[in-house]
Amino acid sequence: MRAYVVRRILLIIPTLFLLSILVFLSARFIPGDIVDTMVASDQNAMYGVDREALLRALGLDVPVHVQYGRWLQGILLRGTLGNSLLGDWPVEEKIAGRLPVTLELGLLAMVIGLVIGVPIGIYSAIRQDTTVDYMGRSVAIVGLAAPNFWLGIMVMTYPSVWWGWSPPMRLVPVTEDLLRNLEMFLLPSLILGTALSAATMRMTRTMMLEVLRQDYIRTAWSKGLKERVVVIRHAIKNALIPVVTLIGLQLPILVGGAVIMENIFNLPGLGRLMLTALTDRDYPVISGINLFFATVVVAINLIIDLVYGYLDPRVRYA
Amino acid sequence: MGDPREQGGRSGLAHFLVRLWREKPLGAIGGVVVLALILVAIFADVLAPYPFDEVHLRDLLKPPSAEHLMGTDQLGRDLLSRNIHGARISMFVGLLATSLNVVVAVLIGGTAGFFGGKLDLVVQRFVDAWMAFPGLLLLLTIMSLVGQGLLQLILVLGVSGGVVASRLVRGAVIAVKENDYLQAATATGSTRMGALVRHVLPNVAAPIIVVFSINIGAVIISEASLSFLGFGLSPEIPSWGTLLSRDGRKYMEQAPWLALWPGLCLTLTVYSLNMFGDAVRDLLDPRLRGGGGRLGTHRGRTGRAQTFSGRRRSHR
Repeated sequence: MRAYVVRRILLIIPTLFLLSILVFLSARFIPGDIVDTMVASDQNAMYGVDREALLRALGLDVPVHVQYGRWLQGILLRGTLGNSLLGDWPVEEKIAGRLPVTLELGLLAMVIGLVIGVPIGIYSAIRQDTTVDYMGRSVAIVGLAAPNFWLGIMVMTYPSVWWGWSPPMRLVPVTEDLLRNLEMFLLPSLILGTALSAATMRMTRTMMLEVLRQDYIRTAWSKGLKERVVVIRHAIKNALIPVVTLIGLQLPILVGGAVIMENIFNLPGLGRLMLTALTDRDYPVISGINLFFATVVVAINLIIDLVYGYLDPRVRYA
Repeated sequence: MGDPREQGGRSGLAHFLVRLWREKPLGAIGGVVVLALILVAIFADVLAPYPFDEVHLRDLLKPPSAEHLMGTDQLGRDLLSRNIHGARISMFVGLLATSLNVVVAVLIGGTAGFFGGKLDLVVQRFVDAWMAFPGLLLLLTIMSLVGQGLLQLILVLGVSGGVVASRLVRGAVIAVKENDYLQAATATGSTRMGALVRHVLPNVAAPIIVVFSINIGAVIISEASLSFLGFGLSPEIPSWGTLLSRDGRKYMEQAPWLALWPGLCLTLTVYSLNMFGDAVRDLLDPRLRGGGGRLGTHRGRTGRAQTFSGRRRSHR
């Protein structure tokens, strides 16, 4: 087990390094110069700030690889992602401030996805090829086909047309009023959650079917155990191990979904920050958010791999 | 080589279609819908009752009627015509970007898998880094880099999806590489490059077709999502994504049918493509049917990465 852990952790270092280069360069080459906009702004025009001085102040006057070096140094030595070019606030503080919204949305969606997907998947497998099974699978395939931004627009539009009801547009902090806070998250996390549940359901069903064909399940049946016991005590545990990996696989989808849902439902999270930063060409913010999410994805996948290796010893020796 | 499918060109195809209809009726129906959509895309100019950008100032935000079957938008443009042209854009982007996916996946996955060693190690770390990026964030960042536009969108969707799909091709190539006929080819004087092109690639054709049929739906949704967020196609182009984006959204409470049609079209298209793709995959490559990552898997990320691309592939 230790060799496996060490190997997995070592493999991550080059990935993270390449990632940081990718993240940095992609943001730095966005055309449309923010500096031109800033020089033209009233305040700077008034004080006669020139382009050179501004470039120097923003640290954009040196070659790109030096900029990258400074950026990496800042992250590794001082734990800072740099300042926003527009507001002069540290990027990491802004990310920390916006994170709770995205985190709440993501966690709720994930829980909803599992609560819907796993039981239906299990039931669909133990009643294979029945009406319920077909219905569950058909709904899941439609769920995978309907784009979540469209579902978001639909629930914003039709309830208000039909019943004059529209989702709340102002976020109330959890500490102030838990229920009204949850009300704001209900629809977006439900939409994201049902989208995730389709994949979860299909995965759970496949894994259950595979486990139910195993010899030890036949042994359990032949001992005369009840279906409940066979399914719950013997099958589910082994079938759900691979479903753990699904959480890691769904994370990138979840992040993308959060960007869209925050945009539609007016949630002040990281996705909205990202879209604003992209429009403003605020490089440090773009790189910061990208690096943050990519690192989270890598880290969670590492944790899942390790958990998986612990749960299923076959993986370690492959 | 010994594959019966490759022997009689046309009769092979006919045989395949019969099997598709008998064994996977739902997939066949999906195929028919896809074919219909392709025809709509080609003949959009003929089928659309009005030019997609013709303004009818007397018919602003009119609900569906005999004159305008899907209603009109805030400029009185006919929504049926706009959605028909949306099919053209979706199919165009979908087919071209997915073709590019295949080219990129074969170039990266084929060479890395076939030559292996250090090249593979380096390339796979790069693919790891690429895949760690949440897809939409990566696409948004690159799109803001290259700017809105049809060509840009196709290139970006084509390359980024290709990098991800290269894992599947690589796995298939590694699995084929071990076969004796490759040693025979080398022994009879074939160069490595020649062996790759003549012997390996034809034998991974099935997974490549699978990549194609499964990616196309995802590509169409990505196009729509990016256009919806304002980073894909410019608003003048009537794609299903732009029809749902900013301009239209202001009027949706007055005219909810604005929100309805593009989404229905998208869902139907992607659903049909998925059903068709799944069926084609099942018939062409039975090996892919089982639980994820059986094709020449490696441990850890690689294995799971394949499970990921097999998310739809493996659950029937």
